[in-house]
Amino acid sequence: MNAPLIVDGVTTSIRLDGQRHDVVRDISFQVAARETLALVGESGCGKSMTALSIMGLLPAGIASVSAGKIIVDGIDMVAADETVRESVRGNRIGMIFQEPMTSLNPVLPIGFQVGEALMQHQGLSRSAARAKALDLLEHVRIPSAARRLDDYPHQFSGGMRQRVMIALALACGPKVLIADEPTTALDVTIQRQVLALLADLQAREGLAVLLITHNLGVVASVADRVMVMYGGDVVESADVKDFFARPTHPYSVALLAAMPRIDATEGPQPIPGQVPSLDAMPSGCRFQSRCHLRQDVCSTLPPLKPVAGNPGHQVRCWMRGDT
Amino acid sequence: MLKFALKRLLLAIPTLWAVLTIVFVLIRIVPGDPTIVILGDQASEQARADLREKLGLAKSIFSQYIDFMWQIAHGDLGRSLATNRPIMSDVLSVLPYTLELTLASLIVGTVIGVPLGVLAAEKRDGFADWFARVFSLAGLSFPAFVSGILLLIVFSLKLRWFPVISSANLVDPIERLRALVLPALNLGLLMVAYVTRVTRSGMLKALGEDYIRTARSKGLPSRIVVWRHAFRNALVPVVTVVGLYLGVLIGNAVLTEIVFNRPGIGKLIVTALNQRDYTLLQGLMVVTAFAVVLANILTDLTYGLVDPRVKTE
Amino acid sequence: MSLAASSGPPSRRHSRLTRLTRSMGLVIGLAVVVLMIVAALVAPWIAPFDPDDQDVLLILSAPDATHWFGTDAFGRDVLSRVLWGARVSLYVGFVATALGIVIGSAIGIVAGFYGGLIDRAVSASTDILLSFPQLIMGLLLVAVLGASLTNLIIAIAITAVPAFIRMARSSALAMRERDFIDACRVLGYSDLRIMAVHILPNSLDELVVMASLWMASAIRTESTLAFIGLSVPPPTATWGGIVREGFDNLLDAPWLALFPSLAILIVMIGLNMVGDGLRDATDPRAAT
Repeated sequence: MNAPLIVDGVTTSIRLDGQRHDVVRDISFQVAARETLALVGESGCGKSMTALSIMGLLPAGIASVSAGKIIVDGIDMVAADETVRESVRGNRIGMIFQEPMTSLNPVLPIGFQVGEALMQHQGLSRSAARAKALDLLEHVRIPSAARRLDDYPHQFSGGMRQRVMIALALACGPKVLIADEPTTALDVTIQRQVLALLADLQAREGLAVLLITHNLGVVASVADRVMVMYGGDVVESADVKDFFARPTHPYSVALLAAMPRIDATEGPQPIPGQVPSLDAMPSGCRFQSRCHLRQDVCSTLPPLKPVAGNPGHQVRCWMRGDT
Repeated sequence: MLKFALKRLLLAIPTLWAVLTIVFVLIRIVPGDPTIVILGDQASEQARADLREKLGLAKSIFSQYIDFMWQIAHGDLGRSLATNRPIMSDVLSVLPYTLELTLASLIVGTVIGVPLGVLAAEKRDGFADWFARVFSLAGLSFPAFVSGILLLIVFSLKLRWFPVISSANLVDPIERLRALVLPALNLGLLMVAYVTRVTRSGMLKALGEDYIRTARSKGLPSRIVVWRHAFRNALVPVVTVVGLYLGVLIGNAVLTEIVFNRPGIGKLIVTALNQRDYTLLQGLMVVTAFAVVLANILTDLTYGLVDPRVKTE
Repeated sequence: MSLAASSGPPSRRHSRLTRLTRSMGLVIGLAVVVLMIVAALVAPWIAPFDPDDQDVLLILSAPDATHWFGTDAFGRDVLSRVLWGARVSLYVGFVATALGIVIGSAIGIVAGFYGGLIDRAVSASTDILLSFPQLIMGLLLVAVLGASLTNLIIAIAITAVPAFIRMARSSALAMRERDFIDACRVLGYSDLRIMAVHILPNSLDELVVMASLWMASAIRTESTLAFIGLSVPPPTATWGGIVREGFDNLLDAPWLALFPSLAILIVMIGLNMVGDGLRDATDPRAAT
């Protein structure tokens, strides 16, 4: 059986002052049912652009997928026209966003917002959608959901709103869920509850989850596989155990060193420098401007190659990985 | 919602009281002896004393104020100095004309202004946007009497589609409607400028919000995203501006009534000014004050309907 | 996070394009306004005729080579009257707005700076005054004060005061909380000095934008009152007054109303363009 989400050689570009900049370069991966793939990296590394490319929600006229295929539950989102994409979004694929405070419409009752996709995709009547929305809200464990169907987002706490967002994204029973920093804006205890809920729902519905995060702690606790992105390139890809046992790309190493740890002997080490701006991206390996291993060869883009003979663990670096 | 409405009504009372007090004070700072202003300086002492008595000016300013408020509380606006008719009945006889004019222009203003603003925001920097911007700049710049006169010159003098002087007798409903068209267009098009501008900026803001991305992630067609999700939110500032505009509308209605020679509150205000009929002027200001306060209440109530955060907080 | 990066470039692209057209608007608007001010200043030298000179043989004559804008019901040259009328409209608009700014900002800054009871009293009265239509308020004031140049300026200034109070108050309120104001206090600066040197300049951007928009508004009110017959009494030429005379002769001489109307319109559009342009230049967030 094919994976519910297949991304094959996708490049996403934006046009700025007539110039084309690739913000996602030739990225390929699959997410199987019940699997969680974590996409990791700093701000501006292309994680969210990847998510928006999959959803077909790139800002029109500015950014577009310029190469590759994105297959969601058997449908090619790049080749399809907008009507087809609309029929896939919220139906076969759902997405939850980082900001639960601003991602819900403040002037519509949450019951309606949750049921809206059902009316759109399954042709449910308003009352049927409302009944289904109640089920969904109970599923995500909103206390006394029946009384809260007609409440508005401002009457909910951040954690509760994120539960509403999850219910909304899963309303039509999609095969794929994209979670873009779903817990970043939440308190630590609430984070844990929301992650547990997500894992629970994933197991029950057999979801393929693409988790976007910069928090390696979250990755360690919920992901099956990890993909590290930098400057729009995949720089490392591995099973979660292999990744934490043997982080290989200099950027992955730096990311791990930047994370505060209880068992660490030293404090977290920030990564020096910043992601270069789009028009200042070096040719070849994009991390070279911040890399302590930099050599002349780095001005040519290295291929992804296996690490220690393990084809499931790949790295994009001239200095690392098998030769 | 009912509690919210009642609370809002109670809040209006101090505002109304303050505005009425301002009107009372202003009318009484007319420099010089009002009896001389009214009767001329040749009038006999006896005539002036009689008039003073009639106007209640012989009493202390404080008891005048009590009388003023007491009368208003009983729906009595006093009698006109010039005609001695009860002001209330004069007001009531022309009020329907002013109401139909403002109502018609509100319809013109929103029916044209809102879709134009939405279209301008949706197709930003396109032709509709350019048109909306030029139109609202012009509309914000036109004094109502200038636009009225230009409409008269074009549609009545040159094209002869409408009578220059609308007949004073507006019994025939067709004639009455025909006489309403140009004045309502004049007021309405000026309002379109405001409504378009605020709808456009409200829509631009709403379309950039995170919840729009959420709506699109559900697979909703853009028509639904724009109108159900963005517009419902843009409506909040639109209602505010339409509410604020009701005040401007009252002022512009005065001018429109003069230019198009329509009966109404505005014409009555000018009559009062020309005849130095200060009791009539005072009565008309009281009516205006009530209208403004009422408009504010209606705005706030609509606000409560449009934005759930208002009534639940 | 990276979404900010994804939405960043497009909006930058938009505003660059928009800003260019907008700053063009600012330049055009400024040029129009300056031209009008110059025309008003030099009216005594460039007006082809004495604005009050009556010529009974040339009553309501259509525009021709001698009288470019035609003549009015007294045979006066309309072009000359429009030029002289600019002096009244622009003078009233400028002085009334300036008065409104000075009085309004002073009250607003004091209210916002000290807060407490003064602030509550001031805000409550501003709210009430703002709810009353500007035009009706001006009309009532001129009606009771009597129509003269001074009273007209006072009346229009009063209608502008509440708006400037509100603006100055909110910026004073925001500034009061800043650390450097505390630092000034520690240094022993007087309240007056803090308000004048540190709070006032910080609201200058907003003040300039509002001033240009309110000047348009003041000119509109002046010409409107003149149209109703509540401005500087005749024979002094005012734009609104000439429009009124033209309106009374609309059937015989439509041009009489047309030219002063266009003059009002041009100044209003110019000032609004300046206001919009300045707003975009000073507050990039409001670039609509």
